[in-house]
Amino acid sequence: MTAMCDVAFLLLTFFMLATKFKPQEPVVIRTPASTSTMPIPNDYMLLSLSKDGRVFFSIDNLNVREELITEISQSKGLNLSPAQIKAFKEGGSIGVPFNKLGSYLALTPAQRNEYDKTAPGIPTDTTASYETNELSYWIKTSRYANPKLRIAIKADGDAKYPEIQKVIATLGHEKVFRFNFITDGKAVPPGTALATEIAAGKKE
Amino acid sequence: MEVKGGKGSPRVDLTPMVDLGFLLITFFMFTTTMSKPKTMEIQMPFKEDNMKEDEKSKVKESTAMTILLSKDHRIYYYYGIGSDATKPPELKVTSFKDQDGIRDAIIAKKKEVQGLISAGQLSADDKLTIMVKPAENSTTDDLINVLDEMTINAVPIYAVVDITPVDLEFISATEKANGIQ
Repeated sequence: MTAMCDVAFLLLTFFMLATKFKPQEPVVIRTPASTSTMPIPNDYMLLSLSKDGRVFFSIDNLNVREELITEISQSKGLNLSPAQIKAFKEGGSIGVPFNKLGSYLALTPAQRNEYDKTAPGIPTDTTASYETNELSYWIKTSRYANPKLRIAIKADGDAKYPEIQKVIATLGHEKVFRFNFITDGKAVPPGTALATEIAAGKKE
Repeated sequence: MEVKGGKGSPRVDLTPMVDLGFLLITFFMFTTTMSKPKTMEIQMPFKEDNMKEDEKSKVKESTAMTILLSKDHRIYYYYGIGSDATKPPELKVTSFKDQDGIRDAIIAKKKEVQGLISAGQLSADDKLTIMVKPAENSTTDDLINVLDEMTINAVPIYAVVDITPVDLEFISATEKANGIQ
């Protein structure tokens, strides 16, 4: 009995420490379903695309976040205060253009969550020029801070193709041609080539 | 109050605590595995702005299949690359169904290519190539679903490419012929 208790609580401690809770999401995104079971890469930046085509950007590595915001603050002349930098570091996704970033980061976390519901999203214009495409700048700067960053796209299934195309084109402009879509699970249809491969043990 | 002789420490019933412990373990076990989302990796065709014409990869007409994603999750597909506007390919309309959907069309084309290879009309290096062209009124769901079909049917080569005006014309002609608004 005592031994079992010990093991149980050891496991409990382990799982409590190992669990990482999901970060706060700016908008509700219903991800499409796919049969893929590949887990998300370890170091990644997350580009979220809402149903109405707004783009949010986030990275979960705190050190990269700090490096990134310091760099952006300098290169874009935002003059962010240490408090604003701290707010970015500890905050979640960003969905505002650079010129609104300062005032956005000055808000309290609760106000930011409220603001995110109507946030304009990061400008991803691909038609005029990439000078005004701020998503491209976010991607470039974060990959500069950590070249190993993979890119995960969390797109709403109901988002129109031109919206996701803008994100893909921006990635293409940054010479990123391989990325991951976050998807929900779906059962493999029986009798298909994939089902046969899985049965033969070629794929997980 | 009745006091029993002080032999050793009093026994405490640990069962509720252990119950709670296991409940928490179960909870944390589930949340840990669930918090890692599943992803689908895709590889877009490499694109360079100033790419020369002969550097672009060529697709053989007989191994190609083109899938057009349109509105209301409708799919148009034809066999071939449809580059010739004067000889419009025969567009078929389908959807993401388990029966008689796009999956069966892909499997049929795959068999056809296999047949051509074994008949010696195509070399063994030739592979089925599918081009996915999403129209502006398709959704991300359609794109992910069709890419998933590629994995499900083990399509060797596939790419997402921009839709051409010719393809859009094919769609509107087919829609008109079928009386779809």
